Amino acid sequence: MELGLQVDDSRSPYTVLSVNGEVDVYSAPRLREKLVELVSEGHRQIVADLEGVDFLDSTGLGVLVGGLKRLRSHDGDLTLVCTQPRILKVFEITGLTTVFRISGSVDEATAGN
Amino acid sequence: MAVEQSLELAVPARVEYIAVVRLVVSSLATARRALADERIDDLKLAVSEACTNAIEANRAAGSPAPVVVSCWEAPERFEVCVADSGGGFDPDVLPEHPPVTDPDRLNFERGLGIPLIRSLVDDVRFESGPGGTSVWMTLFGGPDYGDETSEIVRVVIAEQE
Repeated sequence: MELGLQVDDSRSPYTVLSVNGEVDVYSAPRLREKLVELVSEGHRQIVADLEGVDFLDSTGLGVLVGGLKRLRSHDGDLTLVCTQPRILKVFEITGLTTVFRISGSVDEATAGN
Repeated sequence: MAVEQSLELAVPARVEYIAVVRLVVSSLATARRALADERIDDLKLAVSEACTNAIEANRAAGSPAPVVVSCWEAPERFEVCVADSGGGFDPDVLPEHPPVTDPDRLNFERGLGIPLIRSLVDDVRFESGPGGTSVWMTLFGGPDYGDETSEIVRVVIAEQE
């Protein structure tokens, strides 16, 4: 059940944060800390790859919304990579698909710059 | 139709136990019901959200009591109850979120749990008072009622009640 967080900064200007495992009220604080850390290190275009996420609850959503807000206040952005129907559904129900840019792959999310 | 209890689980009101509750309830639902995988996923998320709220309620009330999760079965339904010993709340007066098109929407990182529960399960009811809150979540469908028949069963039950 450990939450896996891996950072790949080889796709400048993007920083890819791969999230693996279950994101719930127990594990979400670690995701929040990682996002805060990346922003404070100067990363501004963060791509959160959620393809390895098995479970995401409202606390996880809240952390992602918080990350997006933090990045936008620094003229940055948080893009999500997600194709799993069960995870996408959580964003759809809460209307957050219109708040986040959601891509089908890391390549797609990091293309164009 | 008779509803029988098939499980009762009392867990410490600590967030690290929610994953255990998810696992137990979803395993039971998978083993006992003919529900589609996506419905099991819906139940897992709804139960998880209810447990998160229950733990928060106990903590806010300073209650050392466990969170009690019970599962109830009838031929046509599977119910999960998550009960806390917190101070209770009125589910009808939850704060509304601004629309997603409003920039202020990003100021709301919490409060999505109950709307999610309401969207995910077929029926939800809150029994809340000063002694605590019980959240009852129901999925219709079962071994003798294909998941496809949920809609029909729901109508029949509504007529009976």
